Amino acid sequence: MQQTFVQPEFRVKIDYDKCHKCGRCVQQCGWGVYDFTERPIPHDEKCRACHRCVTYCPAHCITIEKNTLAFRDNDNWSADARKAVWTQADSGGVLLTSMGNPKPYERIFDKLVLDACQVTNPSIDPLREPMELRTYLGRKADSVAVEPDGTGGFRLAGDSGVARNIELAVPIVFAPMSYGSVSLNVHRSIAMAAERLGVTMNTGEGGMHEDLYPYQDHIILQVASGRFGLSPEVLKRAAALEIKIGQGAKPGIGGHLPGEKIDRDVSATRMVPQGSDAISPAPHHDIYSIEDLRQLIYALKEASGYRPVGVKIAAVHNVAAIASGIVRAGADYIYLDGFRGGTGATPQVVRDHIGIPVEIAIAVVDQRLRDEGIRNHASIIAAGSIRSSADAAKAIALGADAVAIGTATLLALGCHLCQSCHTGNCSWGITTQRPELTRRIDPEWGAERLTNLVNAWSHELQEILGALGVNAVESLRGSRERLRAIGLDEQTCRILGVKPAGL
Amino acid sequence: MAYDLSRYDGFSPDNYREESPFKIHGGCGLMGICDESGALMSGEEPIRAMAVQRDRGNGLGGGFAGYGIYPEFPDHYCFHMMYHDLRARDEAEEILRTRFTVDHAEPMPTRPVRGIHDAPILWRYFMTPRAEVLEELDHSAEDFVVSTVMEINARVDGAFVASSGKNMGAFKGVGYPEEIGHYFRLEDYAGHTWVGHNRFPTNTPGWWGGAHPFTLLDWSIVHNGEISSYGINARYLEQFGYACSLGTDTEVAAYLFDLLLRRHRLPVELACTVLAPPLWSEIERMPAERAELMRSLRAVYGPAMLNGPFAIVLGFNGGMVALNDRIKLRPLVAARSGSRLMVASEESAIRTVMPDPDTLWTPRAGEPVIARVKGMELPFHSTLHATPAEVSCAVTAADACHELEEVAV
Ligand code: SF4
Ligand code: SF4
Ligand code: SF4
Repeated sequence: MQQTFVQPEFRVKIDYDKCHKCGRCVQQCGWGVYDFTERPIPHDEKCRACHRCVTYCPAHCITIEKNTLAFRDNDNWSADARKAVWTQADSGGVLLTSMGNPKPYERIFDKLVLDACQVTNPSIDPLREPMELRTYLGRKADSVAVEPDGTGGFRLAGDSGVARNIELAVPIVFAPMSYGSVSLNVHRSIAMAAERLGVTMNTGEGGMHEDLYPYQDHIILQVASGRFGLSPEVLKRAAALEIKIGQGAKPGIGGHLPGEKIDRDVSATRMVPQGSDAISPAPHHDIYSIEDLRQLIYALKEASGYRPVGVKIAAVHNVAAIASGIVRAGADYIYLDGFRGGTGATPQVVRDHIGIPVEIAIAVVDQRLRDEGIRNHASIIAAGSIRSSADAAKAIALGADAVAIGTATLLALGCHLCQSCHTGNCSWGITTQRPELTRRIDPEWGAERLTNLVNAWSHELQEILGALGVNAVESLRGSRERLRAIGLDEQTCRILGVKPAGL
Repeated sequence: MAYDLSRYDGFSPDNYREESPFKIHGGCGLMGICDESGALMSGEEPIRAMAVQRDRGNGLGGGFAGYGIYPEFPDHYCFHMMYHDLRARDEAEEILRTRFTVDHAEPMPTRPVRGIHDAPILWRYFMTPRAEVLEELDHSAEDFVVSTVMEINARVDGAFVASSGKNMGAFKGVGYPEEIGHYFRLEDYAGHTWVGHNRFPTNTPGWWGGAHPFTLLDWSIVHNGEISSYGINARYLEQFGYACSLGTDTEVAAYLFDLLLRRHRLPVELACTVLAPPLWSEIERMPAERAELMRSLRAVYGPAMLNGPFAIVLGFNGGMVALNDRIKLRPLVAARSGSRLMVASEESAIRTVMPDPDTLWTPRAGEPVIARVKGMELPFHSTLHATPAEVSCAVTAADACHELEEVAV
């Protein structure tokens, strides 16, 4: 075979003086980097820098370094660009990758700052005062109609209430990740955490495994173009349904779960034959326009006993108009996935070059829906990527009702963002179906870590609200007056509806 | 052209607009008193109640509204007008006379008071809408009044309608409230309901029309506070067409009441619940039916919640409603003495007017204090169909009117 021109990206270095020769690294690495002959011998070219071996080596004698080969400087032809050409000349194929867009585009969240109260209005101490984060997702009436209750008070009249909304204890939900792309133990961890936190998880497009049924009141079931794992019975189990049109990491692109990942359980949950590829077409083959979407929304409502139905789209150029159409088509919430959103597998060219930042998408969608007087008809969930409680607070201030966390969820479970989920060999047992790897996640442990993470962020959100002098998240939601921009150009500020700092 | 704000001393419209449409900071003092039997009280009482709260203002705005003060004209609309010059008066009067039968018009009775200067020309008119004009326009009388207020505020350069209700009037200007009260000779009036206000703005518009109370038809509103949720409250109102052009919390509160009471027809207790809702933990302890109502009000009207410190008194012909924020970050004291119910920022104000009240209490956070004059209906203005933009324009005379004008042209 011809020698590839692409050199290993990383160097696996072992300090053999310290090494116990225990072989644990061999067993831990999902990508088979190590051979063992008296001592571990790494094959650098296979290493993904996932740090599983580093974390579990009892002697702490492994380091992973960048393979810093010198190239002749060329600002135009980066080392990555050259490597991509060599790789494609080798294979003739599309470059596959995973997780979210890592390119150095502007990160708008990092250029927004929040306000705080000084003198003219008081800040509020979240340790002493209630600080409310409860959120209702779904269509809200334009106004609340009431009637006398016969005892001098009033009660709801008609159906202007929020009985059909999804109640969230905090405005942070778990983003859709399908069983098949992630392991069942990951799904179990998230489902348990969602229940404990009083929020929701989302099945992604792979259906709901029966082990998740006990948590169904906290589960949003996704309906994607492959229609995997859907039956009248499952539709009625979920708390809400979500039509997936697109996702931030691969707008306009379908999915492909290779047959090797479709074991007996995945096959039963997805309702596809074992071992055969599960292909999600790029569009829904029954949605070629907004009227078609409306039909599907109402078909799902009808079939599910009028559960809320949301629609997930990737943030693309014309997102405001698209969102308006979706809301008018009857969606109860709209899920906006920014171009930093993660995925289990995507063509690199799509991940890195298609879509727009979620910050912009939230701002223009929220404003458009207000301009049209339909903001209350649907909630906005923002995702891709929410990295911290600060990002969550800024997304909410821009106009999101809640944020969804996917990459952060996996990070909490051990993911090191090695961007190799598509290989199915995740050493952390997350994006793999290999039983010896999926075992690595104990759902109880996973649920606790996820609960911790969301609780920590919730406390931080409470601190932020307190500094802002408000005691309920609805007073931050859409309150762009509490944001200022540092170093964003005037046009972007205008689009965001945020003033530059100093004004 | 709208009212030219720049003609008043110490006032630069540019300074003023620099802060709007965002935020004007300020603290204040307020009072409200209502005799539920309908018995009349001299205007001296609200003056005394505000005088002891002098330190809550800084002399840049004071004002009152009195109800039941014009028994000789109980069914006439009374316009209190501010004019910059005689030309403005002539132009405004022209509009009034073509639309209304003016049964009585006179300068506002005033007296010179030290500390009050640069007063505009102040007139009042007692009028009834001309039947033929009403018929032609196919308007309710209330719509007709609001559109007239708007017309004058928007189109007559140098004229501003300070109040426009029946058997009521607003008396306001730049100065301490007791000075303003004496300037307007309030002791010569008697009303069953009074509200008063003292301003401490941290910028200095110094514009008579910008003093509080804000009024429209029978409603008047005074407010002490700093609404930390202003940004989303304003964006929520904009969705319905209100234009928050002054950048003040009072304006936002006024529009929210208009939206909730008039347009969404919520009972006044529930409108107060929307503005200062109970905590979720309290809602969960309520009986199921009430909890469901509260959940829905909070979820639907979340963007209308006034978050941050405030106390508000909403006056109307036949009573008043006083409301504190949901965790009581601003003072509000209430007392009852016989048929009189009184609220104020400070107990001292109450003790000045009612030295020995039957009961005196501190209303709980978010719990409205409602006074109703016996036999008088709550005015819901069910015959008023003015759009939110028109209401904004009528209340503020500011940018909203320019915009309306542009649309009209
Ligand atoms: S895990 Fe560490 S100590 Fe054990 S064999 Fe590997 S390098 Fe050596
Ligand atoms: S891929 Fe991960 S586990 Fe394997 S050698 Fe590299 S860092 Fe270690
Ligand atoms: S989930 Fe696993 S394979 Fe994917 S990026 Fe994280 S560590 Fe790597």
